[in-house]
Amino acid sequence: MGIKRRRALSKALTYFLLIAGVAIVFIPFWYMIVTSLKPQSYIFEIPPRMWPRDATLRNYTVALGKDLFGLYFLNSLVVAVVTTGLTISVSSMLAYAFARLRVPFKESLFYLLLTGMMIPPVMLIIPQFIVSKQLGLLDSLTGLVLVYVTMNLAMQTFLLRGFFEDIPRELEDAALIDGAGRWTIFWRIIIPLSRPGLAVVTIFTFLYSWDEFPWANVAIKETTRRTLPIAIALFQSEHLTEWGQVFAASIVALIPVVLVFALFQRYFIQGISTSGLKG
Amino acid sequence: MLTATKRDRREFLTAALFLLPGFLLFLLFLIGPMGYSFRISFYDWKIVNPAKSQWVGLANYTEALANPIFRRAVLNTLAYALVTVPAQMIIGLSVAVLLNQAIRGRALFRVIYYLPVITSWVIVSLLFEYMFSGQAGLVNYILRDVLGVISKNIFWLADPILAFVPIHLLGIWKGVGWTAIICLAGLQSIPQTMLEAAEVDGAGVLARFFNITLPLLRPTLVFLLVVLTIGALNVYISGLLITNGGDPLDLTHFILTLMYEATFSRLDFGSGAAMSYLLTIFVFIISVVQLRMLRRKTEV
Repeated sequence: MGIKRRRALSKALTYFLLIAGVAIVFIPFWYMIVTSLKPQSYIFEIPPRMWPRDATLRNYTVALGKDLFGLYFLNSLVVAVVTTGLTISVSSMLAYAFARLRVPFKESLFYLLLTGMMIPPVMLIIPQFIVSKQLGLLDSLTGLVLVYVTMNLAMQTFLLRGFFEDIPRELEDAALIDGAGRWTIFWRIIIPLSRPGLAVVTIFTFLYSWDEFPWANVAIKETTRRTLPIAIALFQSEHLTEWGQVFAASIVALIPVVLVFALFQRYFIQGISTSGLKG
Repeated sequence: MLTATKRDRREFLTAALFLLPGFLLFLLFLIGPMGYSFRISFYDWKIVNPAKSQWVGLANYTEALANPIFRRAVLNTLAYALVTVPAQMIIGLSVAVLLNQAIRGRALFRVIYYLPVITSWVIVSLLFEYMFSGQAGLVNYILRDVLGVISKNIFWLADPILAFVPIHLLGIWKGVGWTAIICLAGLQSIPQTMLEAAEVDGAGVLARFFNITLPLLRPTLVFLLVVLTIGALNVYISGLLITNGGDPLDLTHFILTLMYEATFSRLDFGSGAAMSYLLTIFVFIISVVQLRMLRRKTEV
């Protein structure tokens, strides 16, 4: 009986702590949602309410109708989807070569690639700005995508190589004997067997490119090419007190990442633990 | 040995094709720019007309190191790392331990704790700025009217020290979910039989945690320490948005907000490049020291 009661007590304590944590994590989001539903006159009300009076969707209709919001959303979506697709293809090709093919100076090349994980991304902003300027890639979504893919390569290749190495070699050998080329093996065997790994790469890359601010803030000056993070930051600096609209736009910007995460999250833990990401 | 057969050559060609797109991007947008930036850092660089740039030797570096605003920015950046990294690790590990039990709604908890991680820095920075606003902010209201620990409103963002409260709290709040997920992955790779055997031998919860779980989790924790520190030293967006970079009086800069200002507001690319190299050197030294120290400890 003693043990049973202690077990029950520890379980109750676990739930209590976890729910307290959830409250701390969630209250700012809740406050953001509530604020986005408040009429402008209540934005600085005292006491601040955690439940909106006279709730209205006006902030949403105004914010979304303003400043080409639809276009910014579309820009972000295009950039995130294309970056994710390209990162998956390019880094899985790299990872396959490092995991299975005979490559001269393989180890050195791999470590060269890994230095990409150590470099602070913002330090690259100045020279990337100059290179992009010379290549005519400033103010273009292509310029964003190419830099985003590059910034993700090292990490995602590292991750995927771990997955590919776990795939039994016998499968490939059998296919090789049947006369299949490396390309066929890559597409028909390796890729389909690495779905959890690809899910992790998808989550990381999509989130990264959807949320990225420093590079976009430097590379994009043309109004019609803005992505959501720059658009929201600029909107706030231009409409300092209109928090309801800022948060309405923010919540709409949050929906796609929440969807992508919810969709792929069941692979996520599994992916992280099998990928050797833990060190 | 040197005479490559036809098959070898074909295989080499295949490998090259697999590597080509990645390394092309890598050279063009990462290694190349890094070298270029290194060169710029020794010049008084003219972005409009690079041919007119003047070689200044180490002047950009020495000037940065002698500049009190830069020194302050270095201290602010280090303080940010010293506060947020241990906090994220301790809280993240605790959350992971709690989540690693047989509880209901684990997936839901996981998603909620991860929510701040997937939200863009821009959004959460603005959110914290709003919650910490001096006049009618939620935090002041809670501290003053609900808890009664302060008697009048605190103007968080107008004070060069207090401005870091929202910035540090944001860093911790946003990072804990990721730390917890990585710790959880580490915890799940610990063989359950080991813990059960210890329990049979009469080891209590704490004894099991400190003698089995923690040592086995060591690689995960080292990985987290290094990655979180690199991330913390690169703190940027929250500073830029919450204090406009350095407000008040350039006292709240981080290295990168100062670099950004030097480069894109004052167009002093040489000085900006030097600062980014200084940051890279700090990051490198700190990572190597951390890895060394932790490796030595395992050998003892």
